[in-house]
Amino acid sequence: MLKRYLPQIVITPGTLLVAAGVYGFIGFTAAISFTDSKILPSFNYVGLRNYENLFKLKAWDIAVANLLTFSVFYIAICCVLGLLLAILIDQKIRAESVFRSIYLYPMALSFIVTGTAWKWFLDPGIGLESVMHQFGWASFEFNWIKEREFALYTIVIAAVWQTVGFAMALFLAGLRGIDSEMLKAARVDGAKILQVYRRIIIPQLGYTFVSVMVILVYNAIRTYDLIVVMTNGGPGRATWLPSVFMYQYTFTRNQMGIGAASAVMMLALIAVIVIPYFWWELKSQGKQK
Amino acid sequence: MTRRKKFSTTAMIQKAALYFSLLLFAFLFLMPMYVMLVNSVKPLEEIQAGGMMNLPWNWTLEPWLKAWSTAQIGVEPTGLRPYFWNSILMVVPAVTVSTLLGAVNGYVLTHWTFRGHKIIFLMMLGAVFIPYQIALIPMARMLGVFGLAGTILGLVVVHTLYGIGFTTLFFRNYYVAFPDDLMKAAKVDGAGLFRIFFRIILPASTPIIIVTVIWQFTNIWNDFLFGVSFADFDSFPMTVALNNLVNSSTGVKEYNVHFAGAFIAAVPTLLIYIFAGRYFVRGLMGGSVKG
Repeated sequence: MLKRYLPQIVITPGTLLVAAGVYGFIGFTAAISFTDSKILPSFNYVGLRNYENLFKLKAWDIAVANLLTFSVFYIAICCVLGLLLAILIDQKIRAESVFRSIYLYPMALSFIVTGTAWKWFLDPGIGLESVMHQFGWASFEFNWIKEREFALYTIVIAAVWQTVGFAMALFLAGLRGIDSEMLKAARVDGAKILQVYRRIIIPQLGYTFVSVMVILVYNAIRTYDLIVVMTNGGPGRATWLPSVFMYQYTFTRNQMGIGAASAVMMLALIAVIVIPYFWWELKSQGKQK
Repeated sequence: MTRRKKFSTTAMIQKAALYFSLLLFAFLFLMPMYVMLVNSVKPLEEIQAGGMMNLPWNWTLEPWLKAWSTAQIGVEPTGLRPYFWNSILMVVPAVTVSTLLGAVNGYVLTHWTFRGHKIIFLMMLGAVFIPYQIALIPMARMLGVFGLAGTILGLVVVHTLYGIGFTTLFFRNYYVAFPDDLMKAAKVDGAGLFRIFFRIILPASTPIIIVTVIWQFTNIWNDFLFGVSFADFDSFPMTVALNNLVNSSTGVKEYNVHFAGAFIAAVPTLLIYIFAGRYFVRGLMGGSVKG
């Protein structure tokens, strides 16, 4: 008896932890989002009131709008730059592994570490701007990190710098998986290298593009550390994202019901993108078999 | 002949442009770390005087010593040292336990499948993609109930829990390629689940164990959200302490100390990357192209 169910028994501890700590907790947070919880969880049901209030809050509007802007720039730049780096690396270059390692090393670092460097580098008083002034370029101005309108883009810069190597690695794997016979045929036809990429190679990277985008969207929604260390949401609320909103409302303003509702919205946003991706990936795997 | 020569000139120009671009990007990626490193060994006056790219006139290790042992972070001017040990005490057990659980789960999900194993697999897959904000409120509550709020043990539990999804998928993807014949032969010979695991599977698992340990170590060491949510002054991990150091609003901003502190926080994961980057990248790819 024991022997028969041994596999189930062995897998139980890990499964139970995940069932409770991931799915149980999702349920708990969702439940809290329907209550009037403030500083402590309460189970006083208030229906959809937290969601109604959430959508009326200007801070939430700002956070969502910021997330949209941030995601569009972050994903677009990471894709273009990541593909470019992958193509450069893929030209049978010398010291390939050295270049690859250099482009990818920021992924091994904490956002708090790299954010410290970027915060200082972008600070007009002491970073890039003052260096340019010393070189004699007195009119050089780069104070985005202090400007409401532009601060969000400094987060984009730092986030791209940190994670574009990852996009590169995925694209490189995609490039290396492409059928080389077609490339040879194109070369024999005398096609120019740019044409080869545009017509033959990039269209074959569809699968890679989807994977890269899904991961980047997930990264964008989760972005939190970088904002805390670089701008702490400021100036004003110029760099609030839903992740910042959730933390602020839950732990600083003691509006746990609204904080929970915002967390549920974040999960829903990721689910909308990730679930179709899983479905698609599992289906295409099934076909291969 | 002339045509051939012309061709090789274009090729040379192309090659030069290629390497120029590669080097330019390499410069852009290395520059922030270089700036941080040189300025961490300069006296503060030199930083304030500008010239962030320059090597120091007066080399000094003072900022590193201060960041490590005397900078004001918590109540006492302890430097980052106690927080460094907090991070070690948090990372080592969390990585060990989550890796073990992942190995066992991955093994069962591939070679001892039972009705409903696919549901467990999907559960693990989903666990990898949740935004951790969804778990902050109940986790804070649970840690409080078990008396683990503000303790390193609490952080160990949290990181173990949210690591299981990753580690299970890593081992599952590795074991799925493990030859079935060998398993069947062993089963026919009457070897049980544990015997096969310890005699056959585990000895062949070194690469995936390295990948998983490195992945978990890097992720947990670099975590900020759980640390800032669940730890207090006695149990802050390195990342939270560093953020406090850098963003404390009191007194003169000692940039050189900040940079030295940031480097100290980066050293463990950076060393792993330098000496085992291959495995780190494999984890990165395994964590992305799932299933």
